[in-house]
Amino acid sequence: MRLLPKSFKANKRERGIELFLLFCASVSILTTLGIVAVLLFETVDFFREVSIVSFFTDTEWTPLFAQKRFGIWPLLIGTILISGIAMLVALPAGLLSSLYLSEYAPDRVRRVVKPVLEILAGIPTVVYGYFALLFVTPLLQKFLPGLSGFNALSPGIVMGIMILPLVSSLSEDAMQAVPRSLREGAYALGSTNLQVSFRIVIPAAFSGITASFILAVSRAIGETMIVAIAAGQQPRLTANPLVPIETMTAYIVQVSMGDTPVGTLEYKTIFVVGMMLFLSTLVLNVLSQRLRARFREVYR
Amino acid sequence: MKLPADVVSKKNGKHTIQPLSDPKIEAKDLDFFYSEKKALSDVTITIPSNRVTGLIGPSGCGKSTFLRCLNRMNDIIPGTRVQGKILLDGQDIYAPDMDVVQLRCRVGMVFQKSNPFPKSIYDNVAYGLRVNGWKDRREIEAKVEQSLRHAAIWEEVKDRLKSSALDLSGGQQQRLCIARALAIQPEVLLMDEPASALDPIATARIEDLIQELKKDYTIVIVTHNMQQAARVSDFTAFFYLGQIIEFDRTEVIFTNPRQQRTEDYVTGRFG
Ligand SMILES: Nc1ncnc2c1ncn2[C@@H]1O[C@H](COP(=O)(O)OP(=O)(O)OP(=O)(O)O)[C@@H](O)[C@H]1O
Ligand SMILES: [Mg+2]
Repeated sequence: MRLLPKSFKANKRERGIELFLLFCASVSILTTLGIVAVLLFETVDFFREVSIVSFFTDTEWTPLFAQKRFGIWPLLIGTILISGIAMLVALPAGLLSSLYLSEYAPDRVRRVVKPVLEILAGIPTVVYGYFALLFVTPLLQKFLPGLSGFNALSPGIVMGIMILPLVSSLSEDAMQAVPRSLREGAYALGSTNLQVSFRIVIPAAFSGITASFILAVSRAIGETMIVAIAAGQQPRLTANPLVPIETMTAYIVQVSMGDTPVGTLEYKTIFVVGMMLFLSTLVLNVLSQRLRARFREVYR
Repeated sequence: MKLPADVVSKKNGKHTIQPLSDPKIEAKDLDFFYSEKKALSDVTITIPSNRVTGLIGPSGCGKSTFLRCLNRMNDIIPGTRVQGKILLDGQDIYAPDMDVVQLRCRVGMVFQKSNPFPKSIYDNVAYGLRVNGWKDRREIEAKVEQSLRHAAIWEEVKDRLKSSALDLSGGQQQRLCIARALAIQPEVLLMDEPASALDPIATARIEDLIQELKKDYTIVIVTHNMQQAARVSDFTAFFYLGQIIEFDRTEVIFTNPRQQRTEDYVTGRFG
């Protein structure tokens, strides 16, 4: 309870600070709203000229050629292909490394390995991109003679390595949140370390682990630099990971860096593709938020 | 019940009895450390087979620590260290060739705070069977039912075996944990204040259960409740500051203890 009435001046200062903080918070919200508005505006504009049906049914994406075709599938499939490869690397490896850190590693090891993994997450993605192009691709070509210089496989693998620490760190947090009493209960019934890990810890941390997986997928879909550098820039409707392809993000980079005049149809494709990206990552993020909220509830 | 004659020995000025009925567990000069902190010193006790042995003593005196030494549950706490010996049927459980997983199947445990797995009631009990290699569904089903009956909870849960164990009341959860421990048929059952969070009715049921179980199991129970210790245990050990001050038949501890400190504690004049 307030015993003395606050002086008018102090009250005014408080109010000023509050307004300033509100302003700071609004900046990011307004920016987001602005971006969404621009995307929406340009997307609507785009669909005035291109039919939405052909956008979703055409199998070719050639806005930069004389013969313009606007089928989103090659970019969509390219994105899915690379993200899929990245997930094949990041999810199992991330899950196992988090399991190791949480359930097996002695304290000393954990204290070293965790920060090292987090450094991995801090490497600029352009470095990963050239790593994929100049090191991993030539290496893979020794085993896969059919592999082109630009392909989906190599950036996919490298992206998986890049995302691994995210999965591992978030999954480990989820596992650490599993109460020790559950592990003790399981050990007391004659479980081995492996049984406790797979039958108690993973199921109990399940929604947290799933949330980390979803976040990893949305990170992969949005990843730009690695694919722009190492995957090539040829929109191609294929599931073959050995040939050049193009992802949505790489396409946006390609057009933005070229000299496409503002207001043309080519220019508008950037926003349409951006909208697709925005929608897919939005859905994934909402999903992961939901799961994380649920997993917080389990052990109130 | 007529208990066999016991040998009273005097060591370091402390009287301890060695019950002659076949010893199940013998701790010899046991010291225990949490990193630097010594939590048990020089604990020597013989726990008789098919009897209930109660552990009493003020909070923080090492009862849980001692109990958790008996199934090596302290192994999973980093930095802990044990000196001395604990023999189960004459076999040193801290010997390097001891199979800890097997030891914990022989020495089951019910924890102070009930800790059902976030699984169905059925799966909670079946878990221990499955990890111990039971495959046949029929056999598992039968064993689950038997264990739940044994822990006096079957009637309350038989219609909802597939629902989550976390929806049970605290008392039901604790009995479920007892059922879970019984399912794998241990020889020894360690119970750390199994009734501390329960109402008098649930407590009475658990006490009845303990009397019932004593036919088949060796039971070691920690309790803060003097009446409970007097009611359920045949032998009682009084712990104080990590040591056993006195260990004797329960009626001796409660009516005619040799040590002043024991008397002060059991009569509530402690402090
Ligand atoms: N994990 C641990 N790390 C460090 N010290 C511990 C740990 N667990 C217990 N101790 C310490 O060891 C001593 C004995 O603890 P213990 O849990 O065995 O007591 P207790 O007799 O069971 O007490 P209570 O009746 O309150 O359950 C206490 O001083 C406690 O602080
Ligand atoms: Mg205790």
